[in-house]
Amino acid sequence: MNANVTAVPGHPHSEAPHSEAGAVHEQRELGFWLYLMGDAVLFALLFMTYCVMVGNTAGGPTGKQLFSLNNAAIETALLLVSSTTFGFASLSSRQGNRPAVLGWLAITFLLGAGFVFLEIREFLGMIHAGAGPDRSGFLSAFFTLVGTHGTHVSVGLTWILILSGQVALKGLSLSVTSRLFRLGLFWHFLDIAWVGIFSVVYLPGLL
Amino acid sequence: MERHGLASYLIGFVLAVILTAVPFWLVYNHTLPPSRIMLIIAIAAVLQILVHLHFFLHINFTTTPKENLTAIAFTAVLIFLMVGGSLWIMIDLHQRMAI
Repeated sequence: MNANVTAVPGHPHSEAPHSEAGAVHEQRELGFWLYLMGDAVLFALLFMTYCVMVGNTAGGPTGKQLFSLNNAAIETALLLVSSTTFGFASLSSRQGNRPAVLGWLAITFLLGAGFVFLEIREFLGMIHAGAGPDRSGFLSAFFTLVGTHGTHVSVGLTWILILSGQVALKGLSLSVTSRLFRLGLFWHFLDIAWVGIFSVVYLPGLL
Repeated sequence: MERHGLASYLIGFVLAVILTAVPFWLVYNHTLPPSRIMLIIAIAAVLQILVHLHFFLHINFTTTPKENLTAIAFTAVLIFLMVGGSLWIMIDLHQRMAI
């Protein structure tokens, strides 16, 4: 391995592509990318299910009665800002600035945790109001789609914690920056899924 | 300026804010007819997804490995067939059952 790996943590793409470590990173990036594409198919089918089920309220409450535009707007803002702050963490990692990476990851974590908090509060409020996933086909599809996204964000939060620990303990070695890069792909991907959720679920529901 | 530098994230952020604020504002105000607002929501969503892919995930036709682009194209075809086909069948079924 390179002796100066910790000193000059390269952005994975700017890594010499023919070095052994660079080749390993590219393979893992492709593998993770294939996983994300599989996840994209999963989300697409949950979106499709929601579109089919959205009218099947079984005499129960509709989206217009249940959704809050303000809550959706705050959730959207939290996730979008967190995607940008994760970008700043990636930039800091390329500059080899370990404290800045940890700081931006911490801010990203807090924003993501705020998002999950708002979502759980919304879910509990709906369940208490008798609009749980068992109320109608519409609500089953809603909880499955939005809950799957929320679960992904929660997994991402756990991953941020683990990787922050690695950055703090191991420093910005090539393997750690490579993992940080893949976590970035995951986090930005979740923001894209959320764009779909507010455009398919919340905004049309409140129209 | 670095290839995926600060400017990329900031431009992406500003574009995403605009493409989010416009549909939220329209739904908040209800000034346009709903069908028109739906159209704008759909266009803003597609544009915002492209903004995220380009400025945050740095997908482009020069530095992104070819295998990754192939995977995106294949996934897009799969999604189009499965989502489009399923909606076609279900909407058709819905109309026939409603008679």
